[in-house]
Amino acid sequence: MAGHDHEGSHLDDMTARVMAIETVLTEKGLVDPGALDLIVETYENRVGPRNGARVVGRAWSDRDFADWLGRDATAAIASMGFAGRQGEHMTAVFNAPGRHNMVVCTLCSCYPWSVLGLPPSWYKSAPYRARAVMEPRAVLAEFGVTLPEGTEIRVWDSTAEQRYLVIPERPAGSDGLSEAALADLVTRDSMIGTGLARAPSEGGR
Amino acid sequence: MNGPHDLGGRDGHGPVAPRADEPLFHAPWEARALALTLAAGALGQWSLDRSRAAREDRDPVDYLTSGYYGIWIKALERLLLDHGLVGADELAAGRAADGPRPDVGPAPGPREMAAALARGTSAARDPGGRRPRFVPGDRVLTRNHQPRGHTRLPAYARGRIGTVEAVRGHHLFADRSAAGEDVADWLYTVRFDGHMLWGTRAEPGTSVSIDAWEAYLDDA
Repeated sequence: MAGHDHEGSHLDDMTARVMAIETVLTEKGLVDPGALDLIVETYENRVGPRNGARVVGRAWSDRDFADWLGRDATAAIASMGFAGRQGEHMTAVFNAPGRHNMVVCTLCSCYPWSVLGLPPSWYKSAPYRARAVMEPRAVLAEFGVTLPEGTEIRVWDSTAEQRYLVIPERPAGSDGLSEAALADLVTRDSMIGTGLARAPSEGGR
Repeated sequence: MNGPHDLGGRDGHGPVAPRADEPLFHAPWEARALALTLAAGALGQWSLDRSRAAREDRDPVDYLTSGYYGIWIKALERLLLDHGLVGADELAAGRAADGPRPDVGPAPGPREMAAALARGTSAARDPGGRRPRFVPGDRVLTRNHQPRGHTRLPAYARGRIGTVEAVRGHHLFADRSAAGEDVADWLYTVRFDGHMLWGTRAEPGTSVSIDAWEAYLDDA
């Protein structure tokens, strides 16, 4: 909660504590070390924000898919192979001129793992959870995002098992790009609502 | 519970500090903490809501200074002890003193775990003919709901008038799921104008929605 500043001092203690749990559970046959490795490998290498970027890239290039995403995000996203844990009930929220969406979990750290992977530290931190609901514009400014005056900001506090994916606005100058090239403009933060998609002139990821 | 986790609208926590190129885990033990929490959860002895309750029901100082995965590990220890899966002596020694509780396990292997992660766990339950009380556009008043146990109605959204934006489904009800019951209720997205929540400190043109079970709501 207090963030990485405090984590170093706990490190040795926590290493021993976690190892004790793992050893006891393994000796009792209650966890399989191979399954533990599989979990880590899944979220280090396979499930991350490039999944969500591909969903956004398709939504930008395929009107029918975007409509499906708006009606039934869980099914539309699953059709691309991105289903599973912490993505069981998905809603896509679309940014538009004059409307910006931003996602938070004030009570813990709910986040759409199936499309974005594990959340970054700031998303789980007390400052973001405390302030995103009360002063989203001030928070956006700390991310370097300034929206046009008069833009409505809708904050989505993930208080149940519904998970939210922001579909950022398609950047100007991206006409004619392939779905894959469009996906390269989509940042993780743009799908949380604390960033915008990159312009093609800013280059890919 | 009115715990330290209920952070929406709290002052004094400082700026958000996004870091570029942050590693997924800050130390190897964090990766193991994630994996152990998911793997122990896969034994089916407690719900996700029960594990959230174990993370948040603690001393505020401890909650705010333990670090994210530190809280996960402390909660996991408590869950394992409360369910009789390990003994305190075993955790202290870092060695198992005897076998598993006879009715638990065996542990899922890598293939079963991969399938479980890919499948997820749906919160949807058959409403059995029970109809949602509210429809999109309805004005609703959130209850002043302050149970000692787990709840997902944040303090900032209690006793407030909002508008139903969507009916999400008939979902497992977190408050009772944390207590070990598999009971569902209609779930809605309810939107509040910023001024309703924050008074004169609200930024213009902002609104906040929560996902709220019907048990949290009354007619406005």
